[in-house]
Amino acid sequence: MNIDQMLGLITGILFGFLLQKGRVLRFEKQVGAMLLKDMTIFKFMLSAILVGMVGIALLKDAGIITLSHKPMNLGAVLLGGSLFGAGWAVMGFCPGTSIGALGEGRWHAMFAVAGMVAGAALYAELFPLFKTTVLTWKDFGKIGLLDVLSVSQWVIIPLFWTGTISLFFWFEKKGL
Amino acid sequence: MMKWKTKDNGWSPYLAGALVGLLAIASVYATTQWMGKSNYLGASTTFVRAAGLLERTVLPDHVAANEYFTKEKVRVDWQFMLVLGVFLGALISSATDKSFKLESIPPIWKKRFGPSIGKRAMGAFFGGIVAMVGARMADGCPSGHGLSGMMQLSVSSFVALTMFFSVGVLVAILVYGRRSL
Repeated sequence: MNIDQMLGLITGILFGFLLQKGRVLRFEKQVGAMLLKDMTIFKFMLSAILVGMVGIALLKDAGIITLSHKPMNLGAVLLGGSLFGAGWAVMGFCPGTSIGALGEGRWHAMFAVAGMVAGAALYAELFPLFKTTVLTWKDFGKIGLLDVLSVSQWVIIPLFWTGTISLFFWFEKKGL
Repeated sequence: MMKWKTKDNGWSPYLAGALVGLLAIASVYATTQWMGKSNYLGASTTFVRAAGLLERTVLPDHVAANEYFTKEKVRVDWQFMLVLGVFLGALISSATDKSFKLESIPPIWKKRFGPSIGKRAMGAFFGGIVAMVGARMADGCPSGHGLSGMMQLSVSSFVALTMFFSVGVLVAILVYGRRSL
């Protein structure tokens, strides 16, 4: 194993451990969120984002890391995002959690994994078609909020924190 | 609001999530130091590489000639091992706190569609195909867009996550009904 693979494996083990401890790997948690009954996965994701965004902003400002935005290709993100949402609801897992769910014994997740591998193969076949259609509709490039809004990240991040913490209080008040 | 343990003996999702935030920061730092490139947590590209590796065993020339496989590079890389690690981490965690459970069909699914494993397999398989085509088109899943993209304040991730969730809610309500929980 080379250093890249070793680093990936260690990070993955810790990630899987925390996903399992947060109890977010389960079908019922994912579908529960989509039925607006159980916000566990949002509490988990948003908490990760709140902490992560501060550290990443600091490391970026210090010139230690570089950002890697995914392209804001409008057609691709809108259509792809919708397809993902529809498939996610029926499957009850996302790519990362399907693998984690297998680890905690939910072996039925293997059907989801098989479907996603097939989906990836299908995408590879359809790529030439998508490249000349949906991927060309409107590409804004690899942009961040800071490129669009002319405010500092130290304005956006506190606002994001305030909004998210208020949402957390609301979740707890409503027992979601 | 803050209870460290949940009713099902897990950790508070706020705590476990915050620790994932720290892990994400440490991971970006470590990959930049040791791999020379800032890598962010993600999962869905690994499914492309897995598909390429499998397909290559029967159709090696086809995979070599495919533009998308060439673009994403079919190999066992950092993210591939990360995804394998997620399996191991979940296994270690669930085996040590006794939450490991062999389950053949999710309870909500069973309530709505009955105990047929075949039906569940079809739903998961076709749902998986649609979801992965979508994730590759949008260039990310709830890990790559939802966690990593949001942490970097990427515009595409705000839009993608909004689409994931809003369409997810709509389809979930259609498929399982509001009263199924």
